[in-house]
Amino acid sequence: MKNKKLWKYFFIIPVIIYVILLIALPLIYILIISFFQSDYYGGMISTFTLQNYIDIFDQVYINVFLKSIFVAGVTTLICILISYPFVLAISHKKPATQKILMTLVMVPFLTNSLIRMYGWLVLLRKSGVINQVLLGVGVIQEPLSLMYNMFGILIGMVYTLLPFMVLPLYSSVSTVDPQLLEAANDLGASKIKTFFKIILPQTLPGLFNGSLMVFTPALGYFFIVDILGGGKIMILGNLIKNQFLTARNWPFGAAISIVLVLITSLVIFAYRKLGGKMEDLGGA
Amino acid sequence: MKKAVENIYLVLIFLFLFLPIAVLILFSFNTSSLNIVFEGFTVHWYKDLLQNRTLLEALFNTLIVAGVSTIVSTIIGTISAYGLHKYSFPGKNVVNELLYIPVVIPEIVLGISLLSVYTLLKLELGMVTLILSHICFCIPFVIISVRSVLEGVDPHIEEVANDLGASKFQIFTKIVIPMLMPGILSGAQLALTLSLDDVVISYFTAGPGSNTLPLQVYSMIKTGITPDVNALITIMLGVVFVLLMVSTVVQLRRIKKEAIS
Repeated sequence: MKNKKLWKYFFIIPVIIYVILLIALPLIYILIISFFQSDYYGGMISTFTLQNYIDIFDQVYINVFLKSIFVAGVTTLICILISYPFVLAISHKKPATQKILMTLVMVPFLTNSLIRMYGWLVLLRKSGVINQVLLGVGVIQEPLSLMYNMFGILIGMVYTLLPFMVLPLYSSVSTVDPQLLEAANDLGASKIKTFFKIILPQTLPGLFNGSLMVFTPALGYFFIVDILGGGKIMILGNLIKNQFLTARNWPFGAAISIVLVLITSLVIFAYRKLGGKMEDLGGA
Repeated sequence: MKKAVENIYLVLIFLFLFLPIAVLILFSFNTSSLNIVFEGFTVHWYKDLLQNRTLLEALFNTLIVAGVSTIVSTIIGTISAYGLHKYSFPGKNVVNELLYIPVVIPEIVLGISLLSVYTLLKLELGMVTLILSHICFCIPFVIISVRSVLEGVDPHIEEVANDLGASKFQIFTKIVIPMLMPGILSGAQLALTLSLDDVVISYFTAGPGSNTLPLQVYSMIKTGITPDVNALITIMLGVVFVLLMVSTVVQLRRIKKEAIS
């Protein structure tokens, strides 16, 4: 009997310790210091204040919020537009070919994301490969500004987050009954009608899943904005990073993080309301 | 006609996906060190790489962090998935909810909150904090992966084994683990990929002596990157590619077998 209890502890104690020490404690601590005062020397004074949250309503920071949501929103939209035709085209192939193609999708993502951003830097900069080729061919006379602007940031974001849309959408599309599509075709439905009446409704779970997994990380990827945005544009990730490492105003950085958590919670709430399941996330 | 359009589209997307990597591989064999135009073929940078202590150390750290955090998070994740599936205890629902936080929260929030707690606990930033952080964001993915297999497992098998006199330990090691192996392996693969790919959390939780490859490249982007970095990336990609091909071939065989039977 005692033995049985010991076994139970063996299986549940690690996860309880893990959840308390590495998830709950860090987040509660961030919540607490977001109400602390900064002493302007990188330290914190533990007196309760709401000032950090009031400071967020400065126009400068509101702009960062709006810009982040714009970047994340446009990234999500582009990922959806690229992924649908992509996974549909793949789903028309033989099972073995599908497996190979989906593996190929994953190959670039086995190199570190920062290293891939460096690859884009080599491609996109003024003296970069794309400009060299276009100049060489004579399509352009002056090198194009492909990075250090919003275009560069969006390329980086879409590139980094695309698989998070492709994977859930692919598994959603493969559950659509091919006979249903055949029937629609036989009954004379156009391709567009078939997409909106059959494919889209049946792949909504994958679409919501993918959108969540693209939108929220995009709010925080400071290194993409750093490398391809050239420091002129800032998203929430950059703001938080600067507060923690450069300005060393941890309480303010913590307050912005808490707001970021709230935005994420809102997105997850919407995802659940739309019928999304938590266990479908991150399993890809 | 439709097939052709589809194939062209697939080619274009794969081009987009592979372009930034292809260019790094190409320039790792380039005689010019500027990463601008391809002037001629050389393996010079691969020899340079062997002399570059900083880079090799960063590679070593990356592999240690990825290896240790994959093994530890796979073990803890498997035990936890089984525990959460089989036993009930007060607060289980809360634990289940909290587990999804590392999956959905923007990594930067996890990064700064771990940094804050390490500072609070006066833990010096270095390999230990870095590995601890990687374990932190890998465990939930292993649990999710193992749990999805657990749900399809017949609970009677364990009962029968128990009736036949198998000990708890025997049941877990001889029956449960082999049955869960597909989930454990895909969880481990996911953990390894996530650890190798991470930039954001490492950025906040690594210390002076624990530079990983991405952090090294990040700091070099500001000062200028030497082509031996390209050489290193090419080698790593080659290794990963071979591993992936082996696993795909194994899976393809299974698909073919299923198709036959």
